[in-house]
Amino acid sequence: MKANCWYGATDLRVEDVPDPQIINPRDAIIRVTSTAICGSDLHIYGGHIPTMMRGDIIGHEFMGEVVEIGPGVSNLKLGDRVVNPFPIACGRCYFCGSAQYSLCENSNPNAWMAEKLWGHSPAGLFGYSHMLGGYAGGQAEYVRVPFADVGPIKVPSGLTDEQVLFLSDIFPTGYMAAENCSIRPGDTIAVWGCGPVGLFAIASAFLLGAERVIAIDRFPERLRKASKECHAEVLNYEHVDIQEALRELTGGRGPDACIDAVGMEGHAHGMFGMYDRVKMALRMATDRPTSLRQAILACRNGGTVSVPGVYGGFLDKLPFGAIVNRALTIKSGQTHVQRYMKPLLEMIQQGRIDPSFVVSHRLPLEDAPKAFAMFRDKEHECTKVVLKPGHSSDNRADGTIH
Amino acid sequence: MATETSTLREQRNSPAGLTTQDTGARQSALFTSRSARTRRENPMVPRSLGWLSLGLAAAACLAPGALSRLTGLRHRGPLLRAIGVRELVSGIGLLTQENPTPWLLSRVAGDAIDLAVALSALRASSPQRGRTLGTVGILAAVMAADLAASVQSLRASRSHAAADAYVGASVVVNRPAQECYDFWLEQCNLPRFIGLLQSIAPLDDGRSRWVIGARAGATLDWTVETTANERTKRVEWRSLGESGVQHAGGVRFETPQGVHGTLVRLWMHYRTSAGKSVLSIAKLLGADPQSLAREDLRRFKQLLEAGEIASTKGQPSGRRSVLGRLLPEGRLSRQRGLS
Repeated sequence: MKANCWYGATDLRVEDVPDPQIINPRDAIIRVTSTAICGSDLHIYGGHIPTMMRGDIIGHEFMGEVVEIGPGVSNLKLGDRVVNPFPIACGRCYFCGSAQYSLCENSNPNAWMAEKLWGHSPAGLFGYSHMLGGYAGGQAEYVRVPFADVGPIKVPSGLTDEQVLFLSDIFPTGYMAAENCSIRPGDTIAVWGCGPVGLFAIASAFLLGAERVIAIDRFPERLRKASKECHAEVLNYEHVDIQEALRELTGGRGPDACIDAVGMEGHAHGMFGMYDRVKMALRMATDRPTSLRQAILACRNGGTVSVPGVYGGFLDKLPFGAIVNRALTIKSGQTHVQRYMKPLLEMIQQGRIDPSFVVSHRLPLEDAPKAFAMFRDKEHECTKVVLKPGHSSDNRADGTIH
Repeated sequence: MATETSTLREQRNSPAGLTTQDTGARQSALFTSRSARTRRENPMVPRSLGWLSLGLAAAACLAPGALSRLTGLRHRGPLLRAIGVRELVSGIGLLTQENPTPWLLSRVAGDAIDLAVALSALRASSPQRGRTLGTVGILAAVMAADLAASVQSLRASRSHAAADAYVGASVVVNRPAQECYDFWLEQCNLPRFIGLLQSIAPLDDGRSRWVIGARAGATLDWTVETTANERTKRVEWRSLGESGVQHAGGVRFETPQGVHGTLVRLWMHYRTSAGKSVLSIAKLLGADPQSLAREDLRRFKQLLEAGEIASTKGQPSGRRSVLGRLLPEGRLSRQRGLS
């Protein structure tokens, strides 16, 4: 089969690899019909995620058709159309029992590696480094899904791939980020980053009863989407001082909650921006927590900072004094996707939200390396790329699928 | 069960020293005896050498002039001071540190430097030739003593590192204690989660034969007997006879308040036959016993809770690097013999 393999920083190659096989009784094999590039995949692309190995198949947002089932899976049958959540969860441990699926104790075969860096190990993830399980990812024609009786959910045929694909990660991720803000009616929420997770966080904040959402980015097309599709007020940090602007917009008090949907490769101007870039380039820092610093400083006293953005290691110059002295709550975590898939699917079915609005590009799987470069550089107003396995790029002049 | 417990008590002072006492007590007993032994080896020699170092350091730093006259090494004041500082470090190391070996070796290296200095002074024909010759003699004698002490200390520390390893690990399993106990007692289950255990076969009189995968494809044969078996609470066992590495182990299933599920505690004790090998137990087994115990329990938990062990062995990938090919799929998972 064809699969998008990682060979080093900015070195991706779509190659022929063997088809996946059933390894454990609770496995299933899925033929991928749609898979997407996640913003967190860009951290892998940039070479910032440790314990990646040459040849790793990446990708964790995918859906498709069940083509093979292990003897331990009874709730799926061949031909079922399913969306798959990115964390791998056994469904039977203490954490799965309390619906904290991304903390599953039984799905990471390399738990000891994560324990070395983080103290304890979270769940294994698809295509996201050996420290997080080393599972082959979903930017491929076929994927092996462990614990297939717990993860994938069936989707009705009336909905298109693009309407349900993002149940695999970014829609629940944005939703959990908003839920973590403990929103009360009338609240104002600020969201750093208007990429797909940020856009879903904005939409979810409104769904959960927020009065106002203020969205922060620097790319006009993303701010336009935040404003037009999600009805947020927008701030371009290249044009205004964010702290000043947020104070102005909230009567000096600050937003009730702040969502950092940017993560480890934040971008900033001025001294701090330069400092972080240099440190990260010299491998003296694992992350550039620009947006997290801003979110902490901007948040109102006693408010919540919710962090769906991915951070990997040890963060520098984080104003922890502000957290202590102003009684802030920090909430984060990889999304417990399994918990949200069903209720969010119902919302899609009810027409309360159509997640396909984030898609900007549709490309054949073979164009994955090109798509990553475009997504990273935000060329052609790229906000979200859906990759289609089995489509050749040869017969289309512009390489896009419509 | 009562009889088995009493047999257990009788075995406590078995000649092999492999006992199956309570985890905490056994652990502390082992660790104190180990450090005591390292110290006991002949602590007087390193300590005397340490005081000698300090004495020399004092003389060299405080009265370099007198020392240079005494040794016949004229006009070497700064050099003697440097030697004094070096001796100070060696002396403090020898007198304060648990393991004297590196400090004894530092003394040997220092002796070599001193000897070189004295010999270079000897070449020049000077009126002090007699005294310098004497210094060379003394230095050579001291060096011989340091060398002997180093070799002895090196041997002692090696054989003690090899003597035994006692490790423990615990995990909470989200299943009732009865189920955990039953699963452990079913012997065919053991090789599924005990990483080193390649196969297990029952023998007569309740004993069993364990084939253990050691380093570099070698195997160890253990005849294992159960030394304690308390329904739903604990199982203990030990290997009999000589087999390179002797082993005893035990598992407890506890249900304390405030823990969701069963708290499973595992302890493992490995011992090499005294004096037979200078290899450490980790080297003999091909893995660190502590991580082995932890991974064993992790797999036990996975089997009981999830019904299978998470694995990526045999999954597809692109072309691996040379290092990646040496670490085939799933090899990073430390699941030796399993994944």
